[in-house]
Amino acid sequence: MDELVIGMSTAPGTLNPLLNSMLAGAFINSMTERPITVFDPDWKLVCLLCTELPTVENGHARIVDLPPDDKGVVRKGMEVDIELRPMTWGDGTPVTARDFQFTIDVGRHPQSGVPSVEDYRRILKVEIKDDRHFTITRDRVTFDYNVLDFFPLPAHIEKPIFDADPAEYRTRTTYDADPANPGLAYGPYRVVEVVPGSRIALERNPHWSGAPPQFRRILIKFFENSSSLEANLLSGNVDYVPGESGLSFSQSLAFEQRHADRYNVVFKPSLTYGHIDVNLDNPLLGDVRVRRAILMAIDRKTISDKLFHGKQPVADGNVNPLDPMYSPAARPYAYDPAQAKELLDEAGFRQVATGERRNARGQRLSLVLDYASGNRASDQVAQVIQSELRRVGIELRLKAAPARIYFGNLNKRKFDSLAFYSWVTSPGSVPRTTLHSTEIPSAENGWSGQNFPGYRNPEMDRALDGAERELDPVRRRAFFADILRLYADDLPALPMYFRVDSFVIPKTLTGVVPTGHQGCTSLWIENWRWRD
Amino acid sequence: MGRYLASRAVQIVIVLVIMSFVVYLLIGLMPGDPIDMMISGNPRMTSEDAQRLRALYGVDRPLVERYLAWAHQALLGNFGYSRSLNRPVLAVLWPRLLNTLELEGLAFLIATAIALPLGMWVAARPRSKADYVVNLFCFAGISMPTFWLALLLISLFAVKLGWLPAGGMADPRAGASFLAALGQNIRFALLPVATLALVQLGVYTRFMRSAMIETLRQDYIRTARAKGASERMVLMGHAFRNALAPVLTILALSFGALFSGAMITETMFAWPGMGATIYQAIQTNDFNLALVGLLLATFATMAGNLLADLALVAVDPRVSITERA
Repeated sequence: MDELVIGMSTAPGTLNPLLNSMLAGAFINSMTERPITVFDPDWKLVCLLCTELPTVENGHARIVDLPPDDKGVVRKGMEVDIELRPMTWGDGTPVTARDFQFTIDVGRHPQSGVPSVEDYRRILKVEIKDDRHFTITRDRVTFDYNVLDFFPLPAHIEKPIFDADPAEYRTRTTYDADPANPGLAYGPYRVVEVVPGSRIALERNPHWSGAPPQFRRILIKFFENSSSLEANLLSGNVDYVPGESGLSFSQSLAFEQRHADRYNVVFKPSLTYGHIDVNLDNPLLGDVRVRRAILMAIDRKTISDKLFHGKQPVADGNVNPLDPMYSPAARPYAYDPAQAKELLDEAGFRQVATGERRNARGQRLSLVLDYASGNRASDQVAQVIQSELRRVGIELRLKAAPARIYFGNLNKRKFDSLAFYSWVTSPGSVPRTTLHSTEIPSAENGWSGQNFPGYRNPEMDRALDGAERELDPVRRRAFFADILRLYADDLPALPMYFRVDSFVIPKTLTGVVPTGHQGCTSLWIENWRWRD
Repeated sequence: MGRYLASRAVQIVIVLVIMSFVVYLLIGLMPGDPIDMMISGNPRMTSEDAQRLRALYGVDRPLVERYLAWAHQALLGNFGYSRSLNRPVLAVLWPRLLNTLELEGLAFLIATAIALPLGMWVAARPRSKADYVVNLFCFAGISMPTFWLALLLISLFAVKLGWLPAGGMADPRAGASFLAALGQNIRFALLPVATLALVQLGVYTRFMRSAMIETLRQDYIRTARAKGASERMVLMGHAFRNALAPVLTILALSFGALFSGAMITETMFAWPGMGATIYQAIQTNDFNLALVGLLLATFATMAGNLLADLALVAVDPRVSITERA
C-alpha cells in the first residue's frame, strides 16, 4: 500500500523542466520540483515556492521606468520582489535565488534549446539580495507579471555543464544523463530510475520540507496504446491513470458506465478549446456570411449531448466561460439551418436543382475539413458536420491525416478550407499567437506563428495588445470583451466546444484534484492518499 | 568462401548507403518537422522561438546538406541524438534491440520448435482429421489480425483471469534474486511471445508441411521405402533434410524481424522494442532515431539473407557458394 503505480499514454522526452515541452514531462517534474507561482485547481494564481504572491496591491510589484534604450526612449517596466520558502535540493544544497538567476539565463539563451524563450527574454534583470530574496525586472508592463510558473534548475549541478557549451546543454543536461541524481529534486519525490519510454520510478525525497507524501515509491509505466493502458488499469497492473496523459474521453465514459463500483471518473471542465480554423485565403470563405452559415448549420449542442454525453459545453468563443477574463460579449450562434440557408443565399451561393450550392461564377461551395486521424471522437464529429452541411447544400470532404502530417501542413497553412483541432491555454492568457496579424505563418517568418486562418484585423490587434498590457482586471476584461466580440463577428475560427479532462481515479485513492489547465495534478501529490 | 563473404559485405554496405539516403530523403520530405510538433502543443511559442529552434536543430538547412552532415558524423561513429528521447541514438536503440531480440527470439524459437515437427507429422498423414485440424489452427493463426489476437489474450489472461500482466516489462527491484527477476521477466513476456509465436507457428507449419509433402513424393523416397526403410527412417533420415532447404530460407528471412521488431505486438503490450520505437520516431519527427532504426532493420534483413544462403549450402550439397554468388 505504500506504492502507487501510475499508467500514462505518453513518455516524456527529457526530464529537464526547461527543455521539456510535453505534459507527461511536466507531470513528473511537478512531483520533483515546484514553480514559484502556479494556477491552482480553482484557476487562481497561488504561491508554491514564494512566501507571498507579489502584487502591485501589496507593494511587492511596481511599475518602473526602464533605462533609456539606444534611441533615448524611456519605457515602463515592472519590478517583482520574490521571497523564497526555505527549500533544499535532494543532495542537501539549499534552493537559492542563484538557481533562479541561472534558470533565467538558460531560458533566454538563444542556443539553450528551450522551446519558448519569450517569458525569460522579458526578464531584463535578476537582482539577488540574499539566498532567499531577489527582484526581477520585466521589460514591459503586462498583466501576468507575477506568473512565474517555471521550475528552477540546480545551478550547482547544471551551471558548469551549461557554461561549458550552451549549444550542447540540451544533450548533456544531468536530467537526462544522470536522472537519478538526488540534487535535481527539491519536491516531495525524486527520480530513482529511468528506463526511457518504459518506466520511471520515484521515491520520497528526504529533504522535502512540505507536508509528507504517503507513497514511499511511485512507479510510472508508459503504454502508448490506450487499449493496452485500459487493460492494464483493469487488470490491476496499474493503479491510476491521470487525465493529463491517459485514457481518451470515450474510454473514460465507458469506464464510468461499466466500472463505477471501482473508479470515480471525474470530468473536469478545461481550458482546451475545440474549434475549426477557417482558411481566410480561400475565396469561398472570404464572406463572413458563409462562415456564419457554416456555424449555424452545425448542431453543436446535439453533438455535445450525443457524442460527449453533454459533458463538453458548446463554445461561443475562444475564452472559456469559467475563465476569469470571460464576458458574455460574443454573439451566440444557435443551430438554425434555415437562417444558414438564407445567409448562403445572401452571400450569392444559391442552391441549384442537384441540391448543391453555386455562386454566380458557377463555383461550387465545396470545402475540405482537415483533422488529425487516430481519434474516434474527431472522426465522429467530422462525419456529423459533413452530414449537417450537406443538408444546407455545402459539400464537405473529410481529410484525416496522421498528427505529424496534419500539424506539419497546418503550421505552413497548407489546408484547403477548414481545420479541426484544439488548443490548451492558461487562465486569463491572451490569444495573441493565434489571432494577432503578426503571427500569421509565412515563408518570410520561417512559417512561425499560429494564426493559421491568416486573420488580420487592426481592431483585434489593438485589443490583444491592450489585454496584454493592462493590469486593472476590469479594464482588462473590457479588452477581452472586444476580443470575444470581434472573434464572434469575424469568425476566423468556428468555435465548437470546450473539452473536459477525464480522470479515472480508483475509489481507494483520495486527494487527486484535476486542474483543467496546463498545471498538473501532481503539483499537489503530497495530498494523495490511499483511503484507509 | 572468404571472397564470397567479402563480396556480400560490399553489397550490404552499398545497399545501406543507398538506403540511408533514400530513408533520410523520405523522412525529410514528409510534411512537418520536429519544431512543428512543438508548436502544435504549445500556443505560447512565438515566431522567433520557431525560427531559433529550427536553426538550432538544423532543420532550416537543405535536406541534402543535412544528410551529408549526418553521413559524415555517422562515418565517425556518431549516429546523432534522439530528439524525442533526449539521448544518443545508439543508447536508445541498444536496449530496445535487446528487448526485441528477447521477444522475437523466444517467439521464433517456440514457433520453430513446434512448427517443424508438427509440419512433418501432418505431412506424413495428409488429408487426415489431424491434418485438417492442424491446418485450421494454422489458418486461424495466419488470418487473425495481430492486434485482435493480442487484445483477446490480454482480455482473457490479464483482465478476466488476472494471471498475467497486461503489458509492460518486468520491473525487478534492487536486490531481487536472479531467479526472481527471471521469473518476473517471463511473466511479462508470456503474452506478447504467445501472440507472436501463434502467428509464426501457422506460417512455419504450413511451409514445413508443404515442403515435406513435396519431398515425400520424390522417387528416392519411394526407393527408400521399397528398400524396407522404416517410416521414421524415411521421414528423419531421407526426407527431413531435403524438405528443410526451402523452409530454412523462410526461417532465415524471418531473421531480420528479430531486430526490426513487431510494431503492433510491441505497441499493444507496451514492450519497448525496435518496432514500436521506429514507429514512434517517425510519428514524432525524430529523424535520427527513425533513420538508424530502419538502417539496423535493413542490415539485419540482409544479414538474414546471407545466413539463408549459407544455411542452404550447409543442408543441401547440390548448392555451392560459387553457384549462389
